[in-house]
Amino acid sequence: MTAAIWVPLFPLLGWAANGLWGRRWGRGAAAVLGCGTVAASFVLSVVLLRTLEALPPEARSFQVDLYHWFTAGPIDVPMRLLIDPLSVTMALIVTGVGGLIHLYSVGYMADDEGFARYFSYLNLFTAAMLTLVLAANLVVMFIGWEGVGLCSYLLIAFWFTRPAAAAAGVKAFLVTRLGDVGFLLGIFLAFGIFGTSDFGILTRSAIARLPLGGTAATLLCLLLFLGATGKSAQLPLYIWLPDAMEGPTPVSALIHAATMVTAGVFMIVRLHAVYLRAPLAMEVVAVVGGATAIFAACWALVENDLKRVLAYSTISQLGYMFLAVGVGAWGAGIFHLTSHAFFKALLFLAAGSVMHALGGTTDMRQMGGLARPLPRTALLFAIGALALAGIPPFTGFFSKDEILSADFHYGHVALWAVGLAAAGLTAIYIVRAFVMTFLGSPRQPAAAGHAPHESPRIMMVPMDVLAVLTLFGGVLGLSFTSPGDLARFLAPVLAAGAGPLPAESTRGEVVLVGASVVVALAGLVVAWLIYDKRLVRGGSRAIHALLAHQFYIEDLYNALIVRPVQGTARLLAVFDRDELDGAVTGLGRGVGRAGRDLSRLETGFLRQYAAYALVGVLAILVYWVSR
Amino acid sequence: MGEAYCVEGVLFAVTAVLALAGGVGVIAAREPVHSVLGLLLVLISLAADYLLLGAQFIAALQVIIYAGAIVVLFVFIVMLLNMRSGEGRPDRVLPPVLGIVLSAAFAALLIAAAATVRGPAASVGADYGTVQQVGRALFTVYALPFEAASIVLIVGMIGAVALSKRPAPLGAPPARRGVVGR
Amino acid sequence: MSVPAVCYLGLSAVLFALGTLGVLVRRSALVVFMSVELMLNAVNLTLVTFARVRGAVDGQIVVFFVLVVAAAEVVIGLAIIVNIFRARDTVDVDDVDLLRG
Repeated sequence: MTAAIWVPLFPLLGWAANGLWGRRWGRGAAAVLGCGTVAASFVLSVVLLRTLEALPPEARSFQVDLYHWFTAGPIDVPMRLLIDPLSVTMALIVTGVGGLIHLYSVGYMADDEGFARYFSYLNLFTAAMLTLVLAANLVVMFIGWEGVGLCSYLLIAFWFTRPAAAAAGVKAFLVTRLGDVGFLLGIFLAFGIFGTSDFGILTRSAIARLPLGGTAATLLCLLLFLGATGKSAQLPLYIWLPDAMEGPTPVSALIHAATMVTAGVFMIVRLHAVYLRAPLAMEVVAVVGGATAIFAACWALVENDLKRVLAYSTISQLGYMFLAVGVGAWGAGIFHLTSHAFFKALLFLAAGSVMHALGGTTDMRQMGGLARPLPRTALLFAIGALALAGIPPFTGFFSKDEILSADFHYGHVALWAVGLAAAGLTAIYIVRAFVMTFLGSPRQPAAAGHAPHESPRIMMVPMDVLAVLTLFGGVLGLSFTSPGDLARFLAPVLAAGAGPLPAESTRGEVVLVGASVVVALAGLVVAWLIYDKRLVRGGSRAIHALLAHQFYIEDLYNALIVRPVQGTARLLAVFDRDELDGAVTGLGRGVGRAGRDLSRLETGFLRQYAAYALVGVLAILVYWVSR
Repeated sequence: MGEAYCVEGVLFAVTAVLALAGGVGVIAAREPVHSVLGLLLVLISLAADYLLLGAQFIAALQVIIYAGAIVVLFVFIVMLLNMRSGEGRPDRVLPPVLGIVLSAAFAALLIAAAATVRGPAASVGADYGTVQQVGRALFTVYALPFEAASIVLIVGMIGAVALSKRPAPLGAPPARRGVVGR
Repeated sequence: MSVPAVCYLGLSAVLFALGTLGVLVRRSALVVFMSVELMLNAVNLTLVTFARVRGAVDGQIVVFFVLVVAAAEVVIGLAIIVNIFRARDTVDVDDVDLLRG
C-alpha cells in the first residue's frame, strides 16, 4: 500500500524532468514523459481500486505515512495519505480524464513554443490535485489545494505575453486566494476544536466534539465552504472562471471542468460528518449551490463565446453538486462530479477541436454550418450536450436526476424546483450553442485562410473515449430504489459518522424522473425552435443586458471592492515613493550634504589646522586639570 | 637665615626675563634675521637655566647643537634666499585675536597644571647631570634609542641632500644603467 | 634648588604659549619654524626641571633625544622650505593650500 505514494509522485517527477530538460529533449520526449507519468498513475490507481475491492467493505481504508512533517506544541502534522473508496474514485477521475486530456494536448499544442513548459505545468497540476484527493488530513489537502491554485494561475496565463491572459491568471489567483483565507481559518479552527486535522479523527469524533447546530460547527463549516466557493467558483467568488478561458482549451477542460473546481465538493464530502453537525451551514451550502446553478444557467444563455458558455455551464453544474451535498446527498454529489467530468471534458475538447479547425476563433457568431466539414466533432459535441441537458440514457441524466430526487425527498422542495428550472435552462443554452456552432449557414469571414478540417487522430481518440464514458457511465449510478454501484462503493466512507438517512419512497420516484425528462426535452425543443428555426424573434433588451452583464455582480465588486483597493494602493504607492523612499534617499542625500559641509573644513591652510589641533589639546587639558 | 634672596633666584629671574624677551622677539620681529637673534637669546638663556638645574651636559649640548648649529643653519637660509612673505596684507585665514586667546588659554591651563607640583626637590649627588652619568645611562639603559637616534641623523642628512638637489636639465635622459626590467 | 619648580614650569609654559602664538599668527614659514623650535625648547626646560625634581637623570636623556630629533627636523624642514621657495617664489604658509577641499 505504500506504493500509493507513486500516484502523486509520478507526475511530480514528470514536472521536474520536463521543466528542467523538456525543452532540450524535444517535443516527442516531452509528450511521452508528460503523458506517461499520468498513465502510470492511472494504472496504479486501478491497482489500488482492485486492492480495495478485494477487501470487505469495513476494511477499505488505509493510511500511508510518508514522514512526520512537523510538531508545534500540541499539534502534530504528518505527511499522510488516505486510501479509501472516495479518494481512489477521485484519483481515477483525475488520472483517467487527465490522462486523456494530456493525450489530446499533444495534438492541440503541437505548434506551440512552450510545449515542454505546458506539459511540466500540467504534470505539476496533476501531482497537486492527487495530493489533494489522497490527503489524510486538512493540512496535506491544503498543500494540494494551494498547488492546484498555483498551477491554475500558471496555465491560465500560459500565453503570458497576452495582457488578457496575464490579467485572467492574476484574477484567478487572487480570487481563489480570498477563499483560501477562509479555508485556512477553518483549518485553524479545526485544530482548535479537535487538536488535529486528521480526517479519520474528525469523522469519528464529530458527534462528540461538536454540539448539533452549535457556533463552532457552523463557523467551521462556513469557513471551509468559503474556500470551496473560491476554488469551485460559486457565488460570490465565481468571477474568475469565465476569464480563465484565456488559457489553452485542454487546460479549461482539465482544470476548470473536470478536476480542480471539484475540489470544494470533494472537501465537503470528506468532511460530511462535520457538516452534518451544522444544519445551518448545510442550508447555506445548498442555497448557494442552487442559486449559483440557476444564475449561471441564465448567464450562459446570452454568451457569444463558446468557451464562456461552457464556463458558465461548469459554474452552474458545480452549483448542482453543492446543492446535492448541501442536502446530505453525498453519493449523488460525487456521482454528478464524475459524470460531469466526462461530459464537460468532452464538450471542452470538442470546442477545442472546433477552434483548432477555425484557427482560434471562439466567437459563435462567426461560426455556423460546421456540421458538414466537422461531422465527428459535431457528433461528439452533441453527445456531451445531451448528457449535460440530462437526456436519458446519457450519464448526465442519471446523476442530475439523483440530485433532484434527493432534494425532493429530503424535503427541500423549493430547491428542487430551482434545480428543475435550471435544468430546463441548461438544455436551452447548450442546444443554442450547438445550433450556433454547427447548424445553419456558415458565418465565417471569407478570409479564414484554410478550410476547416477535422482534428488529428491524437485529438479525436481521447474524445471518443470520453464519449463512450458519457454514454455508458450512467451505469455507475443506475438507481431507482437501491443504491447504485458507485454509491455502494462509497458507502463505507460516507456512512461513518453520518446521521440516519430519511426513508425513500418508490412511488414518487417515477413522477420525479418523468418531470426531469420532460423539462429537459422541452428545453431542447424550445431552443431548437428559437435558434434554429427562428420562430421567436426579438426579446427585451433590458433583460438581455442584465443577463449579459451577469446581473452586474462583477460591476458591483468592481465598484465596492476593486476600485477602493486600487485607490488605496495608489495612495500607498505615493506614500511609499514620497515618504519612505524619500526618507531613505533623504538619508543618503543628508549624508552627502554632511560630507560636503565637513569637507569645507579642509581649507588647506596650515594655520587653521594648527588652531584646530590646539583647540583639541585645550579640551583635553581642561579635562585633565579639572580632575 | 642669610641673604634675603639667594643667588639662584636672581640668576633665574635674569634668565627668565631674557628668555621671555627673546621669545617675544622671535614671534614679533619683522625681519627674519631679528627672529633668529631672538631665538638665539632664548637658547642661551635656557642653557643657563639648565646649569641652574644641574644639567651640565645638556647645557653644553644646547649651546653646541642648538645655538651653534641650528641657529647658524637658520641664518644661512635667511641670508642666502632672501625670503619675503606677504605679511603686510590683512590676515584672512585666521584672526590674530583668536590666536592670542587660544595661546593665553593654553598658558593659563599649563600654569594651573604646573601649580600642583609641590614639595621639595630630591637631593642629588655631585655627579648628577655630569657627562659621565648621562653617558653611562645612554650607553647602557638607553642604548637602543641611542642607535635609533643615529639612524635618524643619517636619514636627516640624506634627506637634506636629496631634497636640495636641483632638478635635472631638460633634454638629458636619466641614467638607465643598472635598472632591472624594462 | 632654592627656586621652586613652579617657576621653571611657569616660564616653560609661557615660552610654549609664545611659540604657539607664533605658529598661529605669523605667515612666514621661517618664523613659524622658529616658533616650533621655541616650543621644543620650552618642553626641554620642563623635562630638565622634572628630572631635577625627581633626582633622576632620565629626563635629561629624553632631552638629549629631543635635541637630536630637533636637529634632524630642522635640516629636513629647511630643505623643504627651500624647495617650496624655488617652486613658488614664496614662503607664505597661506599660499601652500594644495590640500584644500
